[in-house]
Amino acid sequence: MFSFKPDRSQYPEPGPDGKLEIDLETGKYLKLWHGPNHPGITGNMSVELTVCGDEVVDGKTHVGYLHRGFEKLMERRTFIQVFPIVCRVCVPEPDFNEYCYAAAVEELADIDVPEMANWIRTLILEMGRFNSYMMAMGGISGALGLGVVGQWMTYTRDLMLDRFEELTGARIYHMFILPGGVRAHLPEGFEARMEEVLQTAEKYLADAEKLMFHSSVFKTRTKGVGYIDPALFERYGVTGPNARAGGVAKDVRKDSPYLVYDQLEFTVHTETESDIYARTLVRYKDLQETIQLIRQILRKMPKTGEVMSNLPNVLHWKIPRGETYIKGESSRGEYGYYLVTDGTGYPRRINVRGPSYTHAMALLEHLIPGTNISDVAALMVSLHTYPPEIER
Amino acid sequence: MKDVDDKFRKDTEKQVPLREELKPRKVTTPDGQEIDIDPLRDYFCDAKPKVHPKAYSKIVEDFYNWARSNSLWILGFGTGCGAIEMRPLMTPRFDAYRYGIQWRPTPRQANLLVISGYLSVKTLKRAIRAYEQMPSPKYVMGLGSCTINGGMYWDSYNTIKRLDDYLPVDMYVAGCMPRPEALLHGFMELKRVIREGKGEGANTYAENFDQYKVNQKAVIKDWDMPDYNW
Amino acid sequence: MRELLYRLKDRYHLGTPTFQRDDLTFVTVKRDELRAILTELRDVEGFTHLTFLTAVDWIEEGLFQLTYMINNREANQSLGLRVMLTREDEPGATTGDTIHDLWPTAATYQRELNEMFGINFPGSPRVDEEFILEGWTDLPPYRRDFDTLAYSQQTYRERPGRGRSDPKAHMQETLYPDYPKPREAAHAHKEEAK
Repeated sequence: MFSFKPDRSQYPEPGPDGKLEIDLETGKYLKLWHGPNHPGITGNMSVELTVCGDEVVDGKTHVGYLHRGFEKLMERRTFIQVFPIVCRVCVPEPDFNEYCYAAAVEELADIDVPEMANWIRTLILEMGRFNSYMMAMGGISGALGLGVVGQWMTYTRDLMLDRFEELTGARIYHMFILPGGVRAHLPEGFEARMEEVLQTAEKYLADAEKLMFHSSVFKTRTKGVGYIDPALFERYGVTGPNARAGGVAKDVRKDSPYLVYDQLEFTVHTETESDIYARTLVRYKDLQETIQLIRQILRKMPKTGEVMSNLPNVLHWKIPRGETYIKGESSRGEYGYYLVTDGTGYPRRINVRGPSYTHAMALLEHLIPGTNISDVAALMVSLHTYPPEIER
Repeated sequence: MKDVDDKFRKDTEKQVPLREELKPRKVTTPDGQEIDIDPLRDYFCDAKPKVHPKAYSKIVEDFYNWARSNSLWILGFGTGCGAIEMRPLMTPRFDAYRYGIQWRPTPRQANLLVISGYLSVKTLKRAIRAYEQMPSPKYVMGLGSCTINGGMYWDSYNTIKRLDDYLPVDMYVAGCMPRPEALLHGFMELKRVIREGKGEGANTYAENFDQYKVNQKAVIKDWDMPDYNW
Repeated sequence: MRELLYRLKDRYHLGTPTFQRDDLTFVTVKRDELRAILTELRDVEGFTHLTFLTAVDWIEEGLFQLTYMINNREANQSLGLRVMLTREDEPGATTGDTIHDLWPTAATYQRELNEMFGINFPGSPRVDEEFILEGWTDLPPYRRDFDTLAYSQQTYRERPGRGRSDPKAHMQETLYPDYPKPREAAHAHKEEAK
């Protein structure tokens, strides 16, 4: 089995300010831009690599290509007007933004959410997690040359997008979870159609498992590569599947249950190797768990009930001064909204805590030195980062 | 510009200093010679783009346009949220490949630049570079309302409001974000436009090159690349 | 959580804590004690996870609030530490204390704060490098006195013909047509007074 042990002793030590003293004029090193226009990059970001031969000596993440100034725009909008733009913070899994923002507003404005709405919210979040994991599996397989798995996963994700469309009216940005509840009930016959999608997904996943986790190509490229020391998890703020692949069963759904997760039964899967293979495996198992969770939610949820509570007149809606932080477990880790209000009709400050913020910046820059150029793409997709939530 | 807030005036005085690695400097070569290097002048071609003349007879030009319309090769550069609907297009369900549309990893092999949504100023710089590196004839397609008039980000300080000020756009697809079906329809329309000989974006860019550069430089404050990046 | 704060209160100056939820507490600490408190909470009390670090601009009071959110997973407790800094108008004149050696990931947050709020953290790695913006020459954009609408109108050309209506007035007309408009209501009030 191929194993890659980086020997960092021959690379220059970073100075006290964290900068590497690399003299490009010696001709020994080369600067290589990995992105933003690169097939092996996750979204619109770039990594500035300094390479020596095939080995990467130093990597710097550059973000900001997707910066729209959301946190500033939100300060200019009333609490209800913020709604259309929160979901656009994170493209592949927008529902977490809606939930976290809605829950933060509800907490500060003291609004009760009906039980039925909580169940539908949980369903939506799990469906979003399904989508996001499908995207991640497709990305990992695509970056490692198993394009056909990517095709299957995108197709299955598309079937789930159809269910989203049926439920919310939109494919990507749903704007379904509002403060006070959700917009509508489930349509008639939704469970049966969802079951159909889940069965198709299971069929494709069984094939994908054979093709990915039992393939020698995939194993050779991923086992032992991109190792994160579990001792670093706390220092670098690693959460979600990346931490679970290193044996730390961090999951906000279990640690501090929100919505109706305390009434659901599910296992938090962990691995111990903490390499790319383990991270992919954790995602795969979690995806299976999500499929079971969707079934469980549809079985356990009440059939009737209010989905929206009474809101005050949204044109004159003022929220007293306060601050709160709402978090949830997205498919990439802990996702949270920090909301500060000052007694006016506008939020004072909203800060989005995306898991990619730490994964793609500090952690990736720490992991990159010592890898091969060809492994950088695999490493990046295995961390499962989405640039829009880094820069908002 | 009628209701501009008078209280806030943007800072127009400050200039961005040139990056250290782009300043002219002296370099010692391995054989001991000292040479002067001006990175902005030496590493790039600074020839202006030329207008591509039409073929001498109409039937030949029509044939060319027919051929061009049937091989739209897209640069796989996801500049905004619309990029997420590109993946369903590449996969069997919507399958854009059956129309001769495919995605290429490098601008040198592509002839269609799809600006998939809002463009922040930082990405605009990269998009201009990517566009100028593409071989002619080339086309630009703008997705989403953000490329048309700013869309949802009409008051954002970091996104441009209309794309055709900076790049010659051949086709817009409206929506936030456009569905794959809308994208396919947009590609079909673009094909029709090209077949009719109206896909003249690259020539428009060459004709109004100075005006485009003025517009681009008005927004990109740290213009640290040559005017034409071959 | 209360016992922990009582224990800390003996040695440090703490403000009045806000118990937001069972698992979320906010407390104001003094700037020069922040580092000691953070180190103690991390090493002794099990608050090992820095969730985020961000700032709030209280321009009316001339203050910047830094919020350090730390989390103890075993006890399921989150603690937000607020530090108040004097707000200087000159970007970079307000300085905070870097904690990148406690959590390396804090360096990224400090870079963002330096760029977006103009709060400098001397000693933090690469803090002066551009993070999100490129070639930015104006005020740090997340400050309250930076007007994003005015800036965008002065910088980017808009396509003519885009209708602009105040969403608030538009929604009011659509949803509550009978509701008196603010200006008319004031007018009616004036006439009554006459």
